[in-house]
Amino acid sequence: MTVYLDHAATTPMRPEAVEAMVALLSERFGNPSGSHAVAREANKSLEEARDIVAACLGARPGEVVFTGGGTEADNLAILGVHALRPGAVVCTAIEHHAVLHACAAVDGRVAPVLPSGVVDLDRLADLLGPDVTVVSVMLANNEVGTVEPLDDVARLVRERAPRAVLHTDAVQAFPWLDVASLAATADLVAVSAHKFGGPKGVGALVVRDGVKVAPIIHGGGQERDRRSGTHNVAGIAAMAAAMQATVADREATVARVAPLRDRLADGLLAAVPDSAETGDRATKVAGNCHLSFAGVESEALLVLLDGDGICASAGSACTSGALEPSHVLTAMGLPRRRALGSLRLSLGTTTSAADVDAALAAVPAAVARLREGEGG
Amino acid sequence: MSGGVDSSVAAALLLEQGHDVVGVTLKLWGGASDSGCCSVADVEDARRVAQQLGIDHWVFRFTDDFDDWVVAPYAAAHAAGRTPNPCLECNRHLKFGRLLRRADQLGFDAVATGHHARVVAAGARFHLWRGADRAKDQSYVLHMLGQAELDRCRFPVGELTKDEVRARARVLGLRTADKPDSQDVCFVTATGGRTTFLGSRIGLHPGRVVDTDGTEIGRVDAVELVTVGQRRGLGAGGGEKRYALSVDTGSATVVAGSLADLHTRTVDLVDLTWVDGRPDASDAVVVQSSAHGSPVEATLEGSTVRFAEPQRRVAPGQSVVLYRAAEVLGGGTAA
Repeated sequence: MTVYLDHAATTPMRPEAVEAMVALLSERFGNPSGSHAVAREANKSLEEARDIVAACLGARPGEVVFTGGGTEADNLAILGVHALRPGAVVCTAIEHHAVLHACAAVDGRVAPVLPSGVVDLDRLADLLGPDVTVVSVMLANNEVGTVEPLDDVARLVRERAPRAVLHTDAVQAFPWLDVASLAATADLVAVSAHKFGGPKGVGALVVRDGVKVAPIIHGGGQERDRRSGTHNVAGIAAMAAAMQATVADREATVARVAPLRDRLADGLLAAVPDSAETGDRATKVAGNCHLSFAGVESEALLVLLDGDGICASAGSACTSGALEPSHVLTAMGLPRRRALGSLRLSLGTTTSAADVDAALAAVPAAVARLREGEGG
Repeated sequence: MSGGVDSSVAAALLLEQGHDVVGVTLKLWGGASDSGCCSVADVEDARRVAQQLGIDHWVFRFTDDFDDWVVAPYAAAHAAGRTPNPCLECNRHLKFGRLLRRADQLGFDAVATGHHARVVAAGARFHLWRGADRAKDQSYVLHMLGQAELDRCRFPVGELTKDEVRARARVLGLRTADKPDSQDVCFVTATGGRTTFLGSRIGLHPGRVVDTDGTEIGRVDAVELVTVGQRRGLGAGGGEKRYALSVDTGSATVVAGSLADLHTRTVDLVDLTWVDGRPDASDAVVVQSSAHGSPVEATLEGSTVRFAEPQRRVAPGQSVVLYRAAEVLGGGTAA
C-alpha cells in the first residue's frame, strides 16, 4: 500500500491531462512553427492551450510564455528582466531555489520573513529603492505552505521602487488559490504543470503587456522571441487540460482537503508529545501539513515512514538526494532541534480519508520508536 | 555504498546470501571535493547500482558529524605538527559510529561496507583479519573496531581480490565495474591539495629547519605540512640526506637529521584499543605504522611498541596497528 502525501513535490497526472497528451504524442505530432497541414493542426492545439492557460491565470493569451517548467519560468522572469534593465533584484528568504539562486546570480538582496513565514514588510520596504528593477515574492511557500500578502507587497513596490517589476512564483499556489485574482497585481507569474496534475517539464510565465524580458534560451525565436525551442505541444496541451480541471474543481478540492489536513495536523499534534506545527494555519494553503518533532531526525523518520508505505518529505532534497537543512525553516527562526525533526505531509486532489488515517497511525509510532532509540 | 565498485559488489553479495539489504550513501562533505565519496556523480552511481540490484537506497547527510569528528581534528592535528589519519577517524566515528547507531534505530541487524578485511567468528567472539587481497587490505583503518562493532559489521568483499570484485561487478553489469579506486583524503581536492585546504582552515606558517645541534640548515614554507620522516623540501641541499625528526609548530621549527638519527627502537602509543583483549607482553607481533606500510616485528611493553630492528620513527598522530600474522589485534596512535 502506498500512501502518497508528497503532493507539493509532484502530483499524479489528471486523466484529462493524460488524454490530451496522448493525442498529441500520436496523430497530431506536428511542429507548430511550420505552415503545412500537420503543423497547422499542432499550432491549433498550442494556441487553444494558450487561451486556456491565459484565462486560468487572468492573463491575455499574448502574455503567456510557455517554458520547460517552473524553474525556467522563474529564471526567465528574474534574469530576463535584469538583462534588459540591470539593477538591484530583491526576493524573500523563503523563495524556492529557482528564485533564490537566480537572484543570487545577479547579487540580489534577500528580505527576511517573520516567524510565521510571512514576509516582513517593514524590512522589505527598507530594501526597496529607485535602483531596484525586480522584486520576487512567492504566492505560497513550497515547504510550509504560507501564503504571502502579494497585494501589500505590490503596493510597497509601487511606492518605494517605482522602476521595479513584481514577479511571483505561483507554482505552489495554483492548486489551491485563485491565482488569477491573487496575482493580478504581479507583472510576472510563474507556474509549473506537474504541481497540479500536469506533466513534468512544462511551465508557463505570464509576462504582462508592457513588460519586457530578454530570452535566456536562444534559438528559433519561438514564443515571440522570449523562449526559443520547438514547443512541447503535448506537454503544453496537457498542462492546459490540468489547469482547466484544477480551476473548475478548486473550490471543491479546498473544501474537501482542508478538513482532511486539519484532521491530520490536529491528530498528530495531539498524538505526538513535544510536536509543533510550522507557520500559522490560517495563512497556509489547504494541502500543507508541516510539523516538527523535537529529538527526532527527519532522515530516520522518512525511512521508517517509507517502510510503512508513506511517502512524505522534509526540507528540500538536494541533487545528491541528501536532505539539506531547510533555508525556509532557518529564515523563520525555527530552533535547530525543531528544524532537524521536521516533516512535510502534503495533500492533494487524490488524497483520501484512508490516507490520513494511515499517516495518523504511522507517524506517532515512528516518532516514538526513534525517541526510544535515542535513549538506548 | 560510496559509488565505488567494492561497496557495489558487497551489496550484491549480501543479496546473494539472502539478506534483506538497503543501500545507504553517506553525504559527509559539503565543501569542494573532486576525489571524495560525496560527489553527486558518486551518489548517482550508488543509487543506480541499488536500482540494478533491486534494493532501496537512501542518502544520509552526516556532514556536521563529519566536520566535528574528522575534518576539525584533522586540521587541529596539522596545526599541532602531527600527521593525522582522517579515513580511520571517519570509520571510527561515522561508518561504525553514527551510521551503526542509525541502523540500530531503524531496526537493521548490521552495517556492511566494501572494505577489504575479514570478520571471523570464533564462538561468541569476533576476530578481525586482513583482506584476502593483501595489496588492497584495509584492516589498518578498521583496527579500532571492538567486539560490539564487529558483531554488527560485515565486509563481504574481504574474501575476494580486487580483480575478482571487478569481475563480479562486470558480470552483474554494474556501472561501477571499471571505476578507478578512490585516492587520498576525500575532502582535500587534488587540484588545491593540502596546502589550499589547510591554508584556509588553520593558516600555514613558514618555519626554520635546524640540525640536531640547532644550526639552521634551511626553511620551509609551511611547518604544518611537514611530516616526521619526510625528506623532500627541507631545504638541506647537498651533503648527507636530511629527514624531519620532529616538528614543533609553536616555534615553527623542524629538526632534521640523518637516516641514522631517524631510526628508533620504540614508539609510544596513546588511545590503545583492542579487538579482543590485549596481547601478552611476551607475544611477538608485527606492527604496521601507515596505511600501506610494511609490517615489522615488535613487542608491546605497556603502551610502548619495541621494534625487533631499528625502524624509521613513526610520525606523531599516525596509527600503529598490531597484528598476529594476518589477524588484527588492535592499535593506538603514535604519541
